[in-house]
Amino acid sequence: MAPVGPYRSPGVRCGAAAIRVIAGLGFVFMLAPIIAIIPLSFNGASYLSYPLRGVSLQWYSAVFAPTPWLPALWNSVTIGAATTVLATAIGTSAAYGLAYVQFPGRRLITVLLISPMVVPIVITALAIYLTFASFGLVQSFLGLVLAHTVLAVPFVVITVSATLHGFDRNMVRAATSLGAGPLTAFRTVTLPLTAPGVLAGAVFAFVTSFDDVVVALFLAGPEQFTVPRRMFNSLRDKLDPSIIALAVFLIAVSTVLLGVMEFLRWRSERLHNRTSVVMRSSEARLP
Amino acid sequence: MALFAKAKSIVGLDIGSSAVKAVELKSAGKGYRVAAFGIQPVPPEQRVYLDRLEVTFWISIVVTVLTAVVGYPMAYVMAMAGKTWGRVLFVLVLLPFWVSLLVRTAAWVVLLQKEGIINGALLSLGLISQPQQLIFNRLGVYIAMVHVLLPFLVLPLYSVMKSIPRDHVRAAASLGANPFSAFLTVYFPQTIPGLGAGCLLVFILAIGFYVTPALVGGSSDQMISAMIAELALGTANWGLASALALLLLCCVAIIYPVFGRYAGTTGLRLG
Repeated sequence: MAPVGPYRSPGVRCGAAAIRVIAGLGFVFMLAPIIAIIPLSFNGASYLSYPLRGVSLQWYSAVFAPTPWLPALWNSVTIGAATTVLATAIGTSAAYGLAYVQFPGRRLITVLLISPMVVPIVITALAIYLTFASFGLVQSFLGLVLAHTVLAVPFVVITVSATLHGFDRNMVRAATSLGAGPLTAFRTVTLPLTAPGVLAGAVFAFVTSFDDVVVALFLAGPEQFTVPRRMFNSLRDKLDPSIIALAVFLIAVSTVLLGVMEFLRWRSERLHNRTSVVMRSSEARLP
Repeated sequence: MALFAKAKSIVGLDIGSSAVKAVELKSAGKGYRVAAFGIQPVPPEQRVYLDRLEVTFWISIVVTVLTAVVGYPMAYVMAMAGKTWGRVLFVLVLLPFWVSLLVRTAAWVVLLQKEGIINGALLSLGLISQPQQLIFNRLGVYIAMVHVLLPFLVLPLYSVMKSIPRDHVRAAASLGANPFSAFLTVYFPQTIPGLGAGCLLVFILAIGFYVTPALVGGSSDQMISAMIAELALGTANWGLASALALLLLCCVAIIYPVFGRYAGTTGLRLG
């Protein structure tokens, strides 16, 4: 699209067309791999190429068979859920504290809380491993949950902070002047109004844990193998079609989560009539 | 070395992949003179780590440039599209962002393999006469990494472009600027903070990449993170792994404040 003007020279039209073509190819590039593997997961044959040989659900039944993927899915979900609870509690408290309490060293604490997002994941994983080794937390459920919490807290802090940024504190003052105690005011005014941010943070925390492979490489024993950890091994050995069925299943889960986030964004826009918390914070998601 | 002495002296250090060079300059009168100079070739068995560092930087630079070249037009089209289409395109960019890294990597392995769709399409179009090696080499690493990192450039750039009033370009046009010069002199300069922030973010993330190169690259495409993980997990050489990790951390620590300044000026909240 050229900037403006009804009189567009051929050169300008070529430039505008080139921009559109590159952008179009970019969007296709983003989506193509995700869409192209969906039909392959229903392939009747045991190889991973087109054309398809009949339609079959055999690879999906392999995914939900007792081994090896179901225990990994269970591990991923339980570790993700525990991480979500812990990270949301810590991150939300931290965000409230950083926003409303003045104390020395606030900036330093913010930087330390956020740092796992910026520091290359291998460094964080190595540091956590070396620390946890002396506490016997390596190859344990608790160790993995605590490590994932370290990775997930920054996302909660950022989403909740962004929501608090758009939150009018006069509401709390109004509640207090009407006789509400600090806890009642928090429970009935602050929390409902900042809930979209907290929920968005919780979704980010879950996804961070559910997606992690590097920390799991360092900390997970065979008993705690998560889905990404097992996929990493399978992709290194041999690509079998059940991985693709699993991948399509996970794409469906991601699509649902994205839908939830879009809904939360819409809600928070309606609540605050401000720029979206979710949109801004989703820019901060790291792989 | 009189590094902190009162006499003004400057120490220069160059860590290359084949030799480490150090030079100390002392201020003497109006100029400087060389106080000490040293060159020490790196033993071949240690050079491998510096090679990894070089590969890491090279891959990160190429990926950042490719991402900017593809991402800028994408963000521009998104910003210029109407409300509904802008939203649709936004979700299109966001969806791959939400899909697990391992899932996307698996998809690329399937698409780019010798019997894959890409090779099949190129063969039937007659562009190649036999299947090409598209994955488990540097090309595969570039493709997969650009795919993972594009949203990190497109989304900040898009939010900056959205905030630029369209009147600016109209005003330039009404003053006689043709669309090209209106774009170059009015629109593009305003997007530089977003572009800079996006590029730096992509670069910072790229130098820490481990999983993608490990799964779609060959042995010569492994980055410094893979080296750290291998030293720690494979040979339990914690000292060397920690030293390399510190080196990588220093690289990020140097680049991050620059990014923070860019991000600050655009009002992005990335921490």
